[in-house]
Amino acid sequence: MSETFRPDNPDQLRDLLAWATTEGKTVEIVGTGSKRAVGRPMAADHVVELGGMAGITLYEPDELVMTASPATPIAEIEAALSEKNQQLEFEPPDYGPLLASVNSGQGGSTARSNAPTGTLGGVISCNLSGPRRIKSGAARDHFLGFHAVSGRGEIFKSGGRVVKNVTGYDLSKLMAGSWGTLAAMTDVTVKVLPVPEKTRTALLVGADSAQAAQAMIQAMQSPHEVSGAAWLPAPLASASGVDLVAGQKGAVTALRVEGPGPSAEYRCNALREMLSAFGATEELHSVNSIAFWREVRDVMPFARPGDDRAVWKLSAPPASAPQLVGELTAIKGAEAFLDWSGGLVWLALPAGTDASHEAVRAAVDRTTGHATLFRAPEEIRRTIPVFQPQPGAKTLLSQRVKAAFDPKGILNPGRMYADI
Amino acid sequence: MKMPEPDREALAKREEIAAALSKIVPAEGGVIVDEDELRPYESDGLTAYRQPPLVVVLPETVEEVRQVLRYCHENGIKVVPRGAGTSLSGGALPLADGVLLSMTKFNRILEIDFDNRCVVTQPGVTNLGITDAVQHKGFYYAPDPSSQIACTIGGNIAENSGGVHCLKYGLTTNNVLGVELVTIEGEVVRFGGKHLDAGGYDMLGLLTGSEGLLGVVTEVTVRILRSPETVRAMLTGFPTSEQAGDCVAKVIGAGIIPAGMEMMDRLATQAAEDFVHAGYPLDVEALIIVELDGPAVEVDHLIERVAGIARECGASTIRVSETDAERQAFWAGRKAAFPAVGRISPDYYCMDGTIPRSRLPEVLSRLAELSQKYELRVANVFHAGDGNLHPLILYDANIPGELEKAEEFGAEILKLCVEVGGVLTGEHGVGVEKRDLMPEMFSEDDLNQQMRVKCAFDPSSLLNPGKMFPVLHRCAELGRVHVHRGETRFPDIPRF
Ligand SMILES: Cc1cc2nc3c(=O)[nH]c(=O)nc-3n(C[C@H](O)[C@H](O)[C@H](O)COP(=O)(O)OP(=O)(O)OC[C@H]3O[C@@H](n4cnc5c(N)ncnc54)[C@H](O)[C@@H]3O)c2cc1C
Repeated sequence: MSETFRPDNPDQLRDLLAWATTEGKTVEIVGTGSKRAVGRPMAADHVVELGGMAGITLYEPDELVMTASPATPIAEIEAALSEKNQQLEFEPPDYGPLLASVNSGQGGSTARSNAPTGTLGGVISCNLSGPRRIKSGAARDHFLGFHAVSGRGEIFKSGGRVVKNVTGYDLSKLMAGSWGTLAAMTDVTVKVLPVPEKTRTALLVGADSAQAAQAMIQAMQSPHEVSGAAWLPAPLASASGVDLVAGQKGAVTALRVEGPGPSAEYRCNALREMLSAFGATEELHSVNSIAFWREVRDVMPFARPGDDRAVWKLSAPPASAPQLVGELTAIKGAEAFLDWSGGLVWLALPAGTDASHEAVRAAVDRTTGHATLFRAPEEIRRTIPVFQPQPGAKTLLSQRVKAAFDPKGILNPGRMYADI
Repeated sequence: MKMPEPDREALAKREEIAAALSKIVPAEGGVIVDEDELRPYESDGLTAYRQPPLVVVLPETVEEVRQVLRYCHENGIKVVPRGAGTSLSGGALPLADGVLLSMTKFNRILEIDFDNRCVVTQPGVTNLGITDAVQHKGFYYAPDPSSQIACTIGGNIAENSGGVHCLKYGLTTNNVLGVELVTIEGEVVRFGGKHLDAGGYDMLGLLTGSEGLLGVVTEVTVRILRSPETVRAMLTGFPTSEQAGDCVAKVIGAGIIPAGMEMMDRLATQAAEDFVHAGYPLDVEALIIVELDGPAVEVDHLIERVAGIARECGASTIRVSETDAERQAFWAGRKAAFPAVGRISPDYYCMDGTIPRSRLPEVLSRLAELSQKYELRVANVFHAGDGNLHPLILYDANIPGELEKAEEFGAEILKLCVEVGGVLTGEHGVGVEKRDLMPEMFSEDDLNQQMRVKCAFDPSSLLNPGKMFPVLHRCAELGRVHVHRGETRFPDIPRF
C-alpha cells in the first residue's frame, strides 16, 4: 500500500531512504506538490513529503546569503527578504495559476491567490528562473550549496555559503534541474541581492515577432543592462491585467531596466529612443512595470482560469525566435509569446491533441535548443517525451550520473526520462 | 605531496606509446619525447612541484583528441590535460607515467555571433583573445583572471576561474553557454549551446570547475557583454584594516554591488608602489579599489555614495579617477601585485581561501599572529567584495625547510578559512596543492559522492589522477551499495 511519509529532519529522511533502497521501494519526493504535474508521470511505491522540513535557518543580509530547509515556502522567503529590501535575483516564477488546470485536486486553484506557491527546494530542484535570467542568470547561478540525502541513503553536502568557491565538484549545478531524481535536499543555501531602487519598462507597440526580435537584439547589444525583454502578440497583450499594456491594442515588446533612480530613467529613455525606429513607444513605471513582469514571469497569458491548453517551453538561441514563432504558430490554434529576449518561447496548443510534439521538436532541433512539454494532461505526458530526448552518449552519461547518486533508482523514477 | 605510484608498465612502454601517438597525431612536433623538450612542461604556475611527463601530445583536431583518449583508455594510460599551464594549484602537473595532452593548438575562434551575443571558440584561445576578437564592436568577455593574457578558456572552464569583475558579472560558470567534451572513452558530447539552460542534467555546470578530471573540452561557447558606457574607479586608504573591512561590508550592506572591490594590505601596497609607481598612499594599513560601471549618471551617483561610506569609515585617502588613464593607474598596482611581491622575496606562495566578508578583520588579525608564529612575512591581496583572500606567503626556497614551513603556514590559513565558514579555494582549484586538505571541508561520504560522479565520466580513473581527491578508491568499490537486509528496520517516521 502506498504511504505518505513526512520526515521531520535529515536523519529521519536518511533512515527512510536507506530503508527504501534496501527494500527496493521507489519514492516520489514532494515539497508542497505545486509542480507535481510537471514531468513524466510516475508510479512510485510511496510519497515522501518534505513539508516537515521548513523554515529559514540562516539569513545574513550583509553577507547576501540565506539558508533554508527545502520545504520553506517561497512566500516566506520573499517576505523575510523584502524586510531587508533584498530579493532572489533569479525571480522564481510562481506556476500555481499556470498549472492549476493539471494540478486540480493537488492544491491548485483556478483563482490567483496572493501568496505564491512553491518552495525554495522545489524552485531550485527544477531550476526555474524568471525574466531576469538574461541579465542575472538562472536559479542555478544563485545556488551556493546544499545538504542532501542521496538515493543511497547517505547524507552528503556540496558547496558552501560563499560565492567564490571551487572546492570540489560543483554538485549544486547537478542538483539544480534534476527534478528530485538524484537526491533529496535537506537544506539549500542561496545568494540574495538588493532590490533595485527603481524599475522602468520601455514598450514598443505593434511589432511582429521578427521586428520584436530585432528590437530585442539591439537592446541587448546596447550598454543599457536590460533585465527583461519580452514580446506579446496583440491578443495576449490585450488580455494583460496592466491597463497601460492592454490599452495599446496591439502587440507589445517590453524592455525592462532596473537600478538607481536616475540611471533607470536615463536607460529607459535611451531604449525608447532606440525603439522609436520600430514604431510607437510607451513606458511603464514602478507598479505597472512590476505587475507586467510578474505576468510574463508566471506565464499568465496561458494561465487564465479555465485555460487547459498544452504548454511548451522552448529554450533556443534568441535570434532564432522569429523562425520558431513563425513555424510553430502555423500549427492550428497555436499561440506563442517570447521572454529572455527571444531565447524563451512559450507556446500554447489546443488541448486534446498529441501536443504536436513532432512538429515542436523538429522546429527546435533546427536550433541548438531544447523543448519541454511544461503543461499537459497526464495521458499526454505519459506517451510523449516531456523533456528533450538526448543522443545516446549523453543518455549513457546521464544514466551513470543518476546511478552515482541513486543506484537503485528509487528517487522520482522516470520523472525526467524513462530510464532515469 | 605524494603522487600515485607510477605504473612501471607504462614507463617501460614509453617508446611504444610515443609511436602509437605519433600515428594518431602525425604533424611535425605533434608528439614530444625528448627530455629537454619535455622540461618546459614539467610544472604549471605552482612551480614548487615538478615532474616531466611520459610524453607530450599536441593534437590539432577533435578527431585526434578522440583517438588519443580512446588509445589511452584502451591501454590503461593516464592522461593530464593542459592549457597554458598557469594553474596555481598544480592542476596541470604532469605524471611520470602519464601522457600530457596539450590543447594549445586549439587556438582558433570559430564563430562570433553578435546577434546571440556569444563567441564559439576552441579551448586553447586565451581569455583575453576572446575580448580582443569582439571589442571592435564594443563587446567583451567578462571573467578576467589576472593571468588573462596567457591562460586559456579551456583552463578557465576547468578551474572555474574568476577575476576582479566577478563580483558583478559572475565567474566562468555564469558566463559559459556550452561546451563540447571528449570523454576518456572517446565519445564526443555537447552540453548547452547558444541557448540558455543546457537541458537535462546540468553537465555544463558540473564540468565547469572539474579540473580536467571528467573529460577534455574541445569547444566552448561563452556569452559576451556590451562594454559599459562609463567606468570609474576610486582609491581609498584606511589607517586600519578593520576600517577597510568595515567599509567593504557597508558598501554591500547599502545595496551597492560594484563591478569590482579589491583590497591590499600595507606590505602588498608598498611592494606594488615600488614596482609600478601607481601613486598609492604609503601611510595606510589597507587600500581599497572600488570600480563602478554603467551610465555616467549611475556611476557618478554611486561613486558619491561609496565615497560617503568610506569617509564615515575613517578613510584617510579618497581619490576618484577623472580619466581612464587615471583609472588604469589605480589598477596597475593591483594587477602587478603578485610579481611585485615576487621582487621583495626570493619566493612566494599564493593562497586562495574564501571567507564570509564579515569575518575579514578577525581573519586578518589571525593571519598576523600566524605570520609571527611561522616567522614568515605575508602580503595580503583580496577580492574583498566576495571575500576571496590571496595571502602571499614570502619565503626562500634555498633555505632548507622554508618551503615546508610556508606550506604548513598555508595549510593553517586555509583551515582558518573553513573554520570561519569559508572554503579552501575560491578560484585557483584544489589540484595537488589542496588535495590533502579536502577532509577539512568534506566528510568521507561527501568525498565519496564526488568521486562517484568522477566514475560516471571516467570509470577507470585515468584522467588527471592524483588531483582533487586525497584518497583514490576504485569505482567498483565506490558504487557498491551496502545492503543490510533485515537490519534496516522500517523507519519510525511520521506518516499519514
Ligand atoms: C600570475 C597569475 C595570476 C592568476 N590570476 C588568476 C585570477 O585572477 N583568477 C583565477 O581564477 N586564476 C588566476 N590564476 C590561475 C590560472 O591562470 C587559472 O586557473 C587558469 O584558468 C588556468 O588556465 P590554463 O590555460 O593555464 O590551464 P592549465 O594550468 O594548463 O590547466 C589548469 C587545469 O585545467 C585543465 N585543463 C586545461 N585545459 C583543458 C581542456 N581543454 N579540457 C579539460 N581540462 C583542461 C588541466 O588539466 C588543469 O587541471 C593566475 C595564475 C597566474 C600564474
